[in-house]
Amino acid sequence: MKCEQIEAQLIAYLDGRVSVRERREVEQHLAGCEECRERVAGFRGVWRVLEETPAQEPSAWFDARLRQRIAAEPAPGIWTRVAGWLPQPRLALASLALIAVGFWAAAVTRPQMQVPASSPAVMSEDQNFRMIKNMQVLENYDVLKDLSAPSGIQGD
Amino acid sequence: MVRSDVQLMLGVKQGDEVSFALLLQRYRRPLCHFLNRMVRDTAQAEDLAQEVFLRVYRARRDYEPSAKFTTWLFRIATNLALNALRDGRHRQAEISLDAPAEGEDGSEMTLDVPDGEPVVEQQLVALERVAVVRRAIHALPEKQRAAVLLHKYQELDYEEIARILGCSVSALKSLLFRAYETLRVELAPLVAPEGSGPSPGGNLEGKQP
Repeated sequence: MKCEQIEAQLIAYLDGRVSVRERREVEQHLAGCEECRERVAGFRGVWRVLEETPAQEPSAWFDARLRQRIAAEPAPGIWTRVAGWLPQPRLALASLALIAVGFWAAAVTRPQMQVPASSPAVMSEDQNFRMIKNMQVLENYDVLKDLSAPSGIQGD
Repeated sequence: MVRSDVQLMLGVKQGDEVSFALLLQRYRRPLCHFLNRMVRDTAQAEDLAQEVFLRVYRARRDYEPSAKFTTWLFRIATNLALNALRDGRHRQAEISLDAPAEGEDGSEMTLDVPDGEPVVEQQLVALERVAVVRRAIHALPEKQRAAVLLHKYQELDYEEIARILGCSVSALKSLLFRAYETLRVELAPLVAPEGSGPSPGGNLEGKQP
């Protein structure tokens, strides 16, 4: 085996990720090749040096800043959220289509469901006043006379 | 039981914040380390690491556990780093050996040295070694650099690294071979056995205290 051939396997050999046969081939070559032996020793040395350099520690405010950035993300729209609850996008689309058809059908087949213009909820103040005026109890003051007056305010 | 990355990510997909916090705890350090070695700028590396997590968060709803989580994570990180380098927004500050106490980025100031010993010289030598290693890594072509960092520091397998870098496994092996050949020459003074001085052509031409 030539040096160029061993190059392809050398990293895997040093990582211990070669088959028994490949390892034997590499070792046979190393036994007879000074240059490649030096290379292997050099690679091992480089790996040792690389491993001794310390890792960078993230700053203390890393998480806080990330949380801020996530909080600043625009909230997903209602449809995105609805789609998120559903297991499949296709199902989400089908559901939306079904809802739309439902609305359309309701609008076409039941026009009488429209709210009348003079429903109690939208009565004007004037209408309110008229209704109170028409109530019998307020017109028939005699009813009130029959009630016994509270003792505290009777006579002076 | 420790939950796997995929289990945690599926939790994130369901809106579980604890799962996200656990992934953050697991990968914030390796990501910062990788990105710092890639762009050689602590502040920018942190910014990019946050961007990685932000992208993971944004993509949570579409997450499908088809590939390994680390492949996905480091692929995002590698692409961000390569883009940042290409944009040239990173600081190309050279390390000044005149002021090694400042470190390259202020992050490597804590060295394990016993109290009460005359350690200044020791400390300078250690900082110099770190600086030389970082410079040598940074001098590698970007793809080789990413390959070395993912191989040596993240200890990912070849298939995973190849997928992250978008190349074949055999291309990755030759990428690694070339990178380590370069480093073998550049770091020879540090690798040399004890007692022998720095070889000529090495990188340790710094001042002696």
